[in-house]
Amino acid sequence: MKKKTAEAAYKTPLLDRIIKPRVITLPNGHTVQKPISRTPFIVVIVLAVIYISAKVTGFDFGIIINRGYQLGYILGRIFQPNWSYFGGDAANTAKLFSALFDTIKMSIMGSVIGATLALPIAVLSSTNINKNGVVVWGLRILLMIIRTLPTLIIAKFAALIFGLGTFAGTMAIIVFTFGVVAKMMYESIETIDMGAFEATESFGANKFQSFWSACIPQILPTYLSYCLYSLEMNIRAAAILGYVGAGGLGILINEFIGWRDYESLGAVLLALFVVVFIIENTSQYLRKKLS
Amino acid sequence: MGKTKQILNSDRPLTIEEAYASRPRLWWLYTLILLIVAALLGWSGTSITFKGLATKGITIAQGVGNGLIHPDTGLLFNLTPEGVPYQLLQTVAIAVLGTIIGGILAIPFSFLACDKIVPKWVAVIFRAVILGIRTIPSLVWALVWIRVTGPNAFCGVVTESVCSIGMICKMYINAIEDIDTKILESLDASGCNGFQKIRYGILPQIIPNFISTVIYRFDINVKDATTLGIVGAGGIGAALIQCMNSSRWSMVGAYLCGMVVLMVVIEIFSTRIRSKLARG
Repeated sequence: MKKKTAEAAYKTPLLDRIIKPRVITLPNGHTVQKPISRTPFIVVIVLAVIYISAKVTGFDFGIIINRGYQLGYILGRIFQPNWSYFGGDAANTAKLFSALFDTIKMSIMGSVIGATLALPIAVLSSTNINKNGVVVWGLRILLMIIRTLPTLIIAKFAALIFGLGTFAGTMAIIVFTFGVVAKMMYESIETIDMGAFEATESFGANKFQSFWSACIPQILPTYLSYCLYSLEMNIRAAAILGYVGAGGLGILINEFIGWRDYESLGAVLLALFVVVFIIENTSQYLRKKLS
Repeated sequence: MGKTKQILNSDRPLTIEEAYASRPRLWWLYTLILLIVAALLGWSGTSITFKGLATKGITIAQGVGNGLIHPDTGLLFNLTPEGVPYQLLQTVAIAVLGTIIGGILAIPFSFLACDKIVPKWVAVIFRAVILGIRTIPSLVWALVWIRVTGPNAFCGVVTESVCSIGMICKMYINAIEDIDTKILESLDASGCNGFQKIRYGILPQIIPNFISTVIYRFDINVKDATTLGIVGAGGIGAALIQCMNSSRWSMVGAYLCGMVVLMVVIEIFSTRIRSKLARG
């Protein structure tokens, strides 16, 4: 079969076939084509999408102008946190801190288990190591479906099946972490240098031995850094899981918003802010060290 | 240790034995990491206990499985406001408007939080504001905004626009800090005025990054918008959670199928557009 030339392989875009590009003749006799600009078409499409979205959602800026003071009022109360939750009142302090520690524990447990489960699956779903296309695509589609399910919906299912409490939240976080870490891992496993793997195999090592000594050292730093990253995300996610009954700070958030006790809500958010800040900075420091 | 260093510093190539002897030894680091992880796990295990399944756990699990295999096809192709297509359209609409408004609001924030452009103390203040916005979970934002707009899809739009600011700003700032200022000098040298410098020196460098960020955030916002319904801020979540509470599993299955298909389609398209933007 004759190989296609580069010119023949280039397919003219649809738009350029409808509206012919302007042909400019250069002083030396050559001609160049200037296709028409895409920008107006993109702008028209985006404006149409915005118009339809505004119609569907009932967009009305007047409401914000008329009732915006409500937001100011609530935010004002949130920014005057109820200090009795930080040592002022023993019962309140215990309540806040046990929920806070539950959230942290849920996210640590969930991240570790989820990330551990993700590693073998990531190896199995990377095309350079697993040559079996059916398994690879089956696993990838499964991972994609897992990632599309929102954490709160998974937590709701877990709470219905395992009963209310931290166990359901941990299950939700395991599922979520598993999906995210496995996807990020197989993408980076596919970029590793397979030369070392082949060299080790040529010495007579079996597949597992050569994977262990040639690939693991390459992917381990990335893997650890993804684990830390997922821990960062999970702390935020775990904070709201309590809203559907899966333990942690979310229970308190739900309670205080129900009572319109925004000062206490402020205290909860302040505690969360401090924890997120500490964990993010520690993990970013460690991730910089890893890379 | 001293001997290994000596060998490494010598000019001759190492023999195999010497190279093997001087391999990096990180076992103590791995042991340390393992110990820390084990300690954290032990601590976490103290309050997470498996109390067995809920009384109806097995029936619910069976119901979920059944519902997912046999989704309610009547609902799946129903074009009324209760049907899956309209709910999905509303979810996407919330995400579109939220992302666009958030992306526009983030521009002034990110320029003000970039210490290359404004004085250091201004940048620090704005960074703190952005971190504050990011820390409040989107669900809480939705619950606060509901007091302003009432429980409808518009609340979802406002919530998404505020929540998006945090992450979009973070990535905008990176893009702004990466601007190559040498181009501005050469434009200066060729006699361009201020407007031309921005148009031909700065915008071509940051616009692809900005659009790519916004599309990436759109992905996240669609996912977020599906859960906002739980608190009544529009989108598919409200209907989904109602069906879950009343154990109508085939309807749950229909909503979930619609959601999965929508997210997969959006993810494929956004990855395509973003890789095109990255390659130019």
